[in-house]
Amino acid sequence: MPLSFDSALGIHAKALQVRGKRTQILASNIANADTPGFKARDIDYRAVLSHAGTDRRVGMRGTDERHIVSGNDIPAASLLYRVPLHPSLDGNTVDGQMEKAAFAENALRYQASLTFLDRKFKGLIGALKGE
Amino acid sequence: MALYDVFSISGSALSAQSVRLNTVSSNLANADTVSSSPEQAYRARQPVFAAVMSAIDAGRASTGVRVAGIVESQTEIPREYMPDHPLADRDGYVYKSNVNTVEEMANMISASRSYQNNIEVLNTSKQLLLKTLSLGR
Repeated sequence: MPLSFDSALGIHAKALQVRGKRTQILASNIANADTPGFKARDIDYRAVLSHAGTDRRVGMRGTDERHIVSGNDIPAASLLYRVPLHPSLDGNTVDGQMEKAAFAENALRYQASLTFLDRKFKGLIGALKGE
Repeated sequence: MALYDVFSISGSALSAQSVRLNTVSSNLANADTVSSSPEQAYRARQPVFAAVMSAIDAGRASTGVRVAGIVESQTEIPREYMPDHPLADRDGYVYKSNVNTVEEMANMISASRSYQNNIEVLNTSKQLLLKTLSLGR
């Protein structure tokens, strides 16, 4: 039986990565809550996760602003703009309350993924020890 | 690891909000300053925030904040007839600052709330990272 971490851990490792990325995007929104003209962004979690599950390309890292980066972890098309409920006069579309709620929810789901992973590891260790 | 970027994003927001708090305190401190000409009078200052796009991030997802500049309020400088004042000009007028204290207090509360929000984000991310580090123990 070939033992690969990818098959043993299932989708949870990918889910953790995407949740981490979403934490970063939501933190950007909250940080720019007072910046004129800033447009709040978010990702379509389901689309990104299905992309992460099938895409096996090796990504390249850009080290300069002018580089075209391919195969990065989040496709640019799934990084969307939020539709504002009540846009403000200065063009900012961040809704502080909504962003905070989304951030709390995302943090909770990150911890859920962590717990799943933790149990997977515990299971593997138990199987290895054979106790 | 995307979670590490949260520290620089929220950190930049904290520094921007503290600049805002600084201008508020400067404005409130100078609310009653008088001078002998409208050019010398204190004008209320406000920072202008701008988003910083990260250079090495193709998705342009991580966006910090920077203070693009400080602008001075262009509202009219109020003048008052006080011929006995040592700073009065030839016609007996002194020029006050154009700081609106009520506006500044509201600005202060807004800045302090934004600061707290970013601290909260920072703390949550730190906890998530610490939990990730202790995975499988």
